[in-house]
Amino acid sequence: MRSYLLATCLVLGTLAAAVAHAGSVAQVVVRDPFLDLHAGPGRGYPVTQTVDRGATVDLLRQRTDWIKVRTARGLEGWVHRNQLAGTLTPQGDEVRLAGPSPEARTAHRWEIGLGTGDFGGQSVVSVTGSYSLTESLVARADVAQLLGNASNGWLGTAGLAHVFMPQWRVSPFVGLGAGIVRIEPKATLVQPEDRTDSAAYAGIGLRGYLTNRFLLQAEYREFVIFTSRDDNEEIDEWTAGFTYYF
Amino acid sequence: MDRWLHVLLLSAVASAGVVASPGARAADPLGAPGETPQVVEPRVERRDVTPAVIDTENFEAGAFIGTISIEDFGSSVVYGGRIAYHFTEDVYAEATVGTAKAGKTSYEDLSGSAQLLTDSERQFTYYDLAVGWNALPGEVFLGGKRAMPSAVYFSLGAGSTRFAGDDHFTVALGAGLRLLVTDWLAAHLDVRDHAFESDLLGDNKLTQNLNFTLGVTAFF
Repeated sequence: MRSYLLATCLVLGTLAAAVAHAGSVAQVVVRDPFLDLHAGPGRGYPVTQTVDRGATVDLLRQRTDWIKVRTARGLEGWVHRNQLAGTLTPQGDEVRLAGPSPEARTAHRWEIGLGTGDFGGQSVVSVTGSYSLTESLVARADVAQLLGNASNGWLGTAGLAHVFMPQWRVSPFVGLGAGIVRIEPKATLVQPEDRTDSAAYAGIGLRGYLTNRFLLQAEYREFVIFTSRDDNEEIDEWTAGFTYYF
Repeated sequence: MDRWLHVLLLSAVASAGVVASPGARAADPLGAPGETPQVVEPRVERRDVTPAVIDTENFEAGAFIGTISIEDFGSSVVYGGRIAYHFTEDVYAEATVGTAKAGKTSYEDLSGSAQLLTDSERQFTYYDLAVGWNALPGEVFLGGKRAMPSAVYFSLGAGSTRFAGDDHFTVALGAGLRLLVTDWLAAHLDVRDHAFESDLLGDNKLTQNLNFTLGVTAFF
């Protein structure tokens, strides 16, 4: 039943996307000596046409750093954002195109990351979202699925991280946070009841910029699980992942 | 001549700045006392910056159908959906979900009545979160008149597979061909291996579950 619902959502999503594609058109005047029109949205696609300075082109759509344009003669092709950075509107104003700048490395606010690792012997698949409160103070939350031989479960946390040198290419950081752990032991074991406990962590990690938009991140977190038994449980977590910032 | 005049004027301004006193202002060689002369005509035009009105289409979503070979349980039809976000022309992140109904092991077939799994346990459902790399961009030619941009991509992901009443940590390794049929519509030919450890048939072993799918996605 759930899978049918999912399939319906996907088909509807595809249709909605198909309707939404009819985009608006903006016009610009070329100020660079010429524009290279590529066959596809990437530097690997061949250059099929060029457009000279002074020509007017329509901007049709943007995908990552590439913009599809149409010339006055009706030729279409993809141009890199950098080549269009110098274009003007027909009124002579500068045109700003969507995309990150090198300054975004320290100025960005939102990040999203995918990670995987080990949580006390269980494998982890996690999604992390974070918001920079200041250049070095980051609020973050993550959801992870835990998959092990003896038990499965879920982990959700929220916390703060301090990035020591946000302007460095590779920077260490520390984090503190709290959350909820749900452990579901596998039915073949003696105690099959599921447990949901609160937890807190302290962590240390390294993050490094791969390009102007990506970070690689590795982190060690020590969790204390506040169990309903007499003793608290301590679990080490090691994760590594890939983060994108907006 | 002009240059000399500029130098003279600039030095006058500089000295006025240094000796910023009413006396110095009064001794200004230009203009009547009490009037502020315009020494330099500003020639910088104010430029407005207009954001371009373009559709940014970095998301890609769609559905796929194909066949999956579930280790020990034969081949079945698999279908599902994927959503991807293209960060750059090279790199994207993708979430995939898929489901299939596993068949029978040869043991179950031969013994006739023995059933290893219940009907609901045979449902093979997976998700994975992957990072993909558009490695080989190119063009595919249809006849003499049509060319479609294409890309061969590789992806590596991690996720979970629910099968035989258990969730398994799964590594998904794949490669595929994306064909841009129109600017916003793409066709996919995708091969992916979902590997996870399972002790369903006694020993703990790494099972390889290969799927081969055809899909359609739309950029938005």
